[in-house]
Amino acid sequence: MRTTAPVSEWGSDFDVLDPQYIADPFGIWDQLRTTCPIAHTERRGSTWLPTRYEDVTAIAHDIEHFSSLEVAVIPFEGEEPEEPVLPYGLPPISADPPLHTWTRRLLLPWFSHNRVETYEPMTRGLCSGLIDGFISDGRADAASDYAQQIPVRVIAHILGVSPDLADTFTGWVRDVLEFADDQDRRVNGVQGLLQYFIAEVAKRRAQPGDDLLSELLQTDVDGAPIEDSLVLGAAALVLIAGVDTTWSAIGSSLWHLATHPDDRKRMAEDPDVMALAVEELLRAYSPVTMARIVTSDVEYAGCHMKAGDKILMNFPAANRDPEVFEDADEVILDRAHNRHVAFGSGIHRCAGSNLARMELRIALEEWLHRIPEFRLADGEEVTWAGGQVRGPRLLPVVFP
Amino acid sequence: MKIRVDPDKCQGHARCYGLAPELFEVDDYGLSTVVGDGSVPPELEDRARLAIANCPEFAIDEV
Repeated sequence: MRTTAPVSEWGSDFDVLDPQYIADPFGIWDQLRTTCPIAHTERRGSTWLPTRYEDVTAIAHDIEHFSSLEVAVIPFEGEEPEEPVLPYGLPPISADPPLHTWTRRLLLPWFSHNRVETYEPMTRGLCSGLIDGFISDGRADAASDYAQQIPVRVIAHILGVSPDLADTFTGWVRDVLEFADDQDRRVNGVQGLLQYFIAEVAKRRAQPGDDLLSELLQTDVDGAPIEDSLVLGAAALVLIAGVDTTWSAIGSSLWHLATHPDDRKRMAEDPDVMALAVEELLRAYSPVTMARIVTSDVEYAGCHMKAGDKILMNFPAANRDPEVFEDADEVILDRAHNRHVAFGSGIHRCAGSNLARMELRIALEEWLHRIPEFRLADGEEVTWAGGQVRGPRLLPVVFP
Repeated sequence: MKIRVDPDKCQGHARCYGLAPELFEVDDYGLSTVVGDGSVPPELEDRARLAIANCPEFAIDEV
């Protein structure tokens, strides 16, 4: 079990791994927005936490002062190798222009609106097959039996790697994101991913396929092949960023529907509300917080930020800001004005946002079609993960 | 009614295309452009306003 020192004051000593923050951060953000809208902590290094939409989006757009060279919310405290396998990290997410610009352009077509439509039938079949596995039981864990099983297999399909390794991939991604404060697990996850992709790159050099990894290996940029470390970084990024994030969004949405029978009924009975409802659920339960690093000393909104300080890009809190969203803490399925930033803002807008949206929509459609009535199981605990990505890990539900 | 997308602001969220596919096109890199010259038929004006009000980058305007 993780232990964190109790938080004395959220404005000056916040901790995103505090159990209260993980379970229910919404009240904390509401309080901070009115008293100390950009909170600070010295835990894990000097770190700032904006909570207003205006500040989060302004910082996201100011790439001169706020760099993406370090996007992990929880800093790595282990020993850095002298010659890292990934000197550029996981581009484009961990890059600034110009590296960001061209590596992002390599990935984007794989997640374009048109391309994502071609992944829809396999996603639907996958969801339906998972439901077949538990529907006769009258109970399931909507997080671990369902949500967690979906995105990893879609991503494996896109990367051209074996879906049979889904549980292994999920384990590595959790080591990297969910257990990032446990340095041994983090190293284990990174090493697992790297060794796996190094072997897959060698296979595809010998025998290219029509998958993302093969295409990256065959692409020339300015007349030369892409460096292996960039291909490895991009492949690892697609897996890391495409699994925990979307599964958390699916899980949180099912948690909402399990605990809000009116919304569940409406979504089950009115398919026309789905498009807006998906956006509203993404707004209200945005899973992802990213980080930025201050490039040089800067004063922002009265805060004296020093070069090297970390900023937590609190997109989830921005999406609950009452200055921008009426009744921000209410889920209004057909909310018409919804400029949410669940996928970020500015040049680092989530490259997989079309894919994530499709997966969330199909996962909810298939579940509600087969299991229109469900609720939390009595006396069983729902558990949440948080930090970089927030979502339910255990979500026991029952249905007739 | 006539609308436009500012290509310097658009970051490819594709919210406009999701809400009003009749009025917008998105390319392989996510960049959105208006269909034709951006003229909106009267029956799609509500959808155009919805697209304007949902763009996270404030990239769509009525001209």
